[in-house]
Amino acid sequence: MAIVKDKVDAVIVGMGWTGAIMAKELTDAGLHVVVLERGPDRDTQPDFSYPRVVDELEGSIHRKYLQSLSKETVTIRHGVNDTAVPYRQMGSFKPGTGVGGAGSHWSGCHFRALPEDFLIRSNMEQRYGKKFIPEGMTIQDFPVTYEELEPHFDHFEYVCGTSGKAGVINGQQSEGGNPFEGSRSREFPLAPNPNYLGAELFYKAAREQGYHPYPIPASNASAPYVNPYGCQMGPCNFCGFCSDYGCLNYSKASPNVCIMPVLRQRKGFELRTLSQVLKVNLDSDKKRATGVTYLDAHGHECEQPADLVVLCAFSLFNVHLMLLSGIGTPYDPVSKSGTIGRNYSYQNLNRVSMFFDDTVQANGFIGIGGGGTVFDDLNGNQLDNAKAGFVGGGVIWARQPGNGPVRGIATAPGVPNWGSDWKKGIKEAFRHSFYYEVQGSCMAYDDAYLSLDPTYKDGYGRPLLQMTFDWHGNEIKGSQFLVGKAIEMCKSLSPLSMKGDAKKDGEHYNVTQYQSTHTCGGAIMGNDPTTSALNRYLQSWDVPNVFAPGANAFPQNNGYNPTGMVGALTYWTAKAIREMYLKNPGPLVHA
Amino acid sequence: MSEDQQSPSRRRLIKNLFFVPIGVASAAASVQVLQTAVAKPDDANPNPYRPSFFNADEWRFIVSACDRLIPHDDHGPGAVELGVPEFLDRHMQTPYASGDIWYMQGPFVEAAPEFGYQGRLALRDILRLGIKAIDAYCARQFAGKKFSDLDVTQQETILKAAESGRLKLDEISEKMFFNQFLGEVRNGYFSDPKYGGNKGMGSWKMIGYPGMRGDYIDWVEVRDKPYPIGPVDLAGRRG
Repeated sequence: MAIVKDKVDAVIVGMGWTGAIMAKELTDAGLHVVVLERGPDRDTQPDFSYPRVVDELEGSIHRKYLQSLSKETVTIRHGVNDTAVPYRQMGSFKPGTGVGGAGSHWSGCHFRALPEDFLIRSNMEQRYGKKFIPEGMTIQDFPVTYEELEPHFDHFEYVCGTSGKAGVINGQQSEGGNPFEGSRSREFPLAPNPNYLGAELFYKAAREQGYHPYPIPASNASAPYVNPYGCQMGPCNFCGFCSDYGCLNYSKASPNVCIMPVLRQRKGFELRTLSQVLKVNLDSDKKRATGVTYLDAHGHECEQPADLVVLCAFSLFNVHLMLLSGIGTPYDPVSKSGTIGRNYSYQNLNRVSMFFDDTVQANGFIGIGGGGTVFDDLNGNQLDNAKAGFVGGGVIWARQPGNGPVRGIATAPGVPNWGSDWKKGIKEAFRHSFYYEVQGSCMAYDDAYLSLDPTYKDGYGRPLLQMTFDWHGNEIKGSQFLVGKAIEMCKSLSPLSMKGDAKKDGEHYNVTQYQSTHTCGGAIMGNDPTTSALNRYLQSWDVPNVFAPGANAFPQNNGYNPTGMVGALTYWTAKAIREMYLKNPGPLVHA
Repeated sequence: MSEDQQSPSRRRLIKNLFFVPIGVASAAASVQVLQTAVAKPDDANPNPYRPSFFNADEWRFIVSACDRLIPHDDHGPGAVELGVPEFLDRHMQTPYASGDIWYMQGPFVEAAPEFGYQGRLALRDILRLGIKAIDAYCARQFAGKKFSDLDVTQQETILKAAESGRLKLDEISEKMFFNQFLGEVRNGYFSDPKYGGNKGMGSWKMIGYPGMRGDYIDWVEVRDKPYPIGPVDLAGRRG
């Protein structure tokens, strides 16, 4: 028999960015909130303190701060007729766990989407005609606009102490920022961070090609900062342990640093760690959630009744919980009906490494997760898609999140993997190479989706989430186009040699190589309940007291890192709950 | 580099690493192993590491293979002198090496390489099975000799063949074994000295890695001279 807990106003699943934002906003509204987090509690002190956190073997090999795949993972297959196999060793993407979630071990790139990213289908159809969108591509406009989200983008940046330079403020161009961005209501809270060599040279190389480079908006503080909640941040010292690691210096924005200090003191807030939510409980007609069932730290089954259930797990596991709980109708790729699991998308990332002689002090061990240089000339409306031959776009950037030798040393072409020549190669490369990357959009397709695996089970006996995904011609073309542009640019820096890795025609998705943790879609927001799981307020169409903020809501993925958008959407959802839902619980949109 | 180019102290160092681990002496296969494998502490290495995970045959393979993969040369220290065999022996006894963060449930089916290793072996079992299979292969090809009995050129040939999958072993994918083994050797060579390898921060000094300094704000915008400070490890020692 399950232990039945006292009913609360809201139960939140997961204590990452979305859970922390929701808990803050809902306790602000006076609600009694319980957050159930599957992983351990974590905070700067003691978990991310120096020197214990700067241990490459623990952080990047044992993956101490990431989700263990032993209990929960996904299965993956390329096509709808293939048999999926488990994602047994972590590679392509790295979900987090514990308080802070992926928000504690992210890098800090903090973009807003472009206004036209929200309207991708109508924009593409208008610019190039309906036939330009390939058969099977199921992209949709977001059911919200950039203008609606602007206050929430802004607020999240101020919570995070984002360091950057605005390009457009209240419709006026502002020197030094992205001239193509959506208009901002004000400047970034902090100025950009200083440039390491690769970021500095990027300005030169990009301008030579006629591009408009600007500082990557980085939630790595460039100066001491106090956010609107009174949480303090210190300036980033470029320690080089950002991606995969918690921040030792209160510099990288995270739920732990930017929101938890306030939440932890609140009477209406209760955090239960090591609490694995198994399912959302629904009433008999599956129209209302009654709470959730979870295993507590001792493995005892508990039931947490609540009026409101907010799914704030990592995007993939939000979808998993909806499928396991019977919320909505699972997507069927044959009839192309159903909504849960639909439109899974990813990120189209490729790298070009450059190798220089020993007079070039690139010092890749000096690192800052989000800082660097980027341009948008091949993104959004700046790109002539008809000429480029693909739907979407992307950015090219200089990034240097920090590298140590356990994380791998890229070597110049022709260097073997071991022996004396390898030693010579790593010695030459370690301090004297850097890379630029292309981060391309990834469209959604009718054969890329999430479902429940028919064979494999997780550590709690539940079917694993099954991912059906492969690269489509559109993304391969996009990769080749963007990498080609990046290589042209890199050549102007006259490296001794270069290594580029655009996707090849017919190349399949390789789960063994880290690419990006930007797994998107699967429970998308939309205006049509037959093609979306969530309405424009990220409320389940089927079970209106369930909300599911996260990258799962993206109908497709644009060329930016998702966190800025995820935060903005979560504040947007919280506002809808506070100002509309709580006054009149029920569907906020009538289809 | 061939054996005869090595210094006497280096030969002694390698030799000292061939000995019988505690508790497995009775299992040692032959008198020959016992005779060549007993360590005699000397001035250079008064307290040689005694493996507790690998047996004598495995240990001999590991020491030889580490010396081929990351040899001592003019570029810098080799894996053996930096303690990589010790790292491997200790690392194989961690939860990580027994599959702690891998999904280990069946069914186990064949899949394209893009999906990663789909078998049921944990890392430490992959290493053990691979070593045994390569030693058996060598015994078949070289009249009963094991990998560590071969000369340097022969060892390199075997490792290259394993790397490119040309051995066609029945027991295990030698490519997969090789990649896992090489990854572990590199982990040992580059990890903090507290894990048993990278003694004296030798690999960090070689490549110019400042180790665990974790603070470079003063050097972000310096372009005209190399980063000047040597490494520091997790224990706060300076290299």
